[in-house]
Amino acid sequence: MTTAAELLAGIPELAGVEPVTRVTIPARLEYTYSPGSAQTRFLTALPDKRLLAERCPRCTRVYVPPRGACPTCGIAATEQLELPHTGTVTTFCIVNIAAKGLDVEVPYCYAYVLLDGANVGLHARIGDTPYADVRIGQRVEAVWNEQRLGPSLASISHFRPTGEPDADPESYRRWM
Amino acid sequence: MPPEVLSAPLIVEFPFTRSTGPVLGAFLTGLRERVVLGARGSDGRVLCPPAEYDPVTAEELTELVPLGQLGTVTTWAWNERPRPYQPLDTPFAWVLVRLDGADTALLHALDAPRHAVRTGMRVAIRWADERSGAITDIACFEPAPNAGAPGDSHRAEGSAA
Ligand SMILES: [Zn+2]
Repeated sequence: MTTAAELLAGIPELAGVEPVTRVTIPARLEYTYSPGSAQTRFLTALPDKRLLAERCPRCTRVYVPPRGACPTCGIAATEQLELPHTGTVTTFCIVNIAAKGLDVEVPYCYAYVLLDGANVGLHARIGDTPYADVRIGQRVEAVWNEQRLGPSLASISHFRPTGEPDADPESYRRWM
Repeated sequence: MPPEVLSAPLIVEFPFTRSTGPVLGAFLTGLRERVVLGARGSDGRVLCPPAEYDPVTAEELTELVPLGQLGTVTTWAWNERPRPYQPLDTPFAWVLVRLDGADTALLHALDAPRHAVRTGMRVAIRWADERSGAITDIACFEPAPNAGAPGDSHRAEGSAA
């Protein structure tokens, strides 16, 4: 296998210089994101520590964050409701590589939390517990970020275990 | 009454690090040292930017040759409104430049007034003050100080409108 140094050795003006072996090329996409009216309602309720959801009038699935329509039935979601701050872990992973620009220490635990009454998982970090103890079916509750309450999911710092017994798998099996 | 719909900037960034391999590693090293390298193919043509594998035989290419600091514009497109992170922040031309000694052309920016840009135009490399082994080590191209390179420009001008 030829190396850059070997190729450079044949060129008098470049022989012996330190060869380049890597380049970092950032790919960057800049958007102006608008969450739409349904998610705007959800986001603007977060500073009041309220979790707003929508129910599909046909299949009765409850979506959080709400999107204004049911993706299964393709019809507008008309009913709005508020969900409690408790839920069940339906899947999780331990993140060991820090993402650029994220002010969270690695390793951290990232999970889907199925809020009680919801039929889709909310992405959230799990904290205040050893990660070896995090498990599917674990009962958790939201910890609010008192310093950063605003129209953003950053209003929820993370979820922590409630200490209740694990949820019955039948209660979340269909929504994993 | 529904609340005002929110909107916020969203930036998605992938800071990829690539290993450059022998040919592109040597090419980028050359740029850092203000030398542009081309790769000689099995048919004798010099390719710049250098190809890692021969376009005809698919064999590994290992002969690199230094090219001139001047070249000829083979085609171009005017960019009236540069976007952030483009090579220049004033209107410029995207150009394909065939450097003297090469048989293929390199894509880069040309800092020249709109009326001066044409196919067959002679241009020179403007090196960046700080170079790190990247294509941006060539800050851009600029009109050659004394235009004209007999035997080179007329070939490209033949295809100009
Ligand atoms: Zn539905």
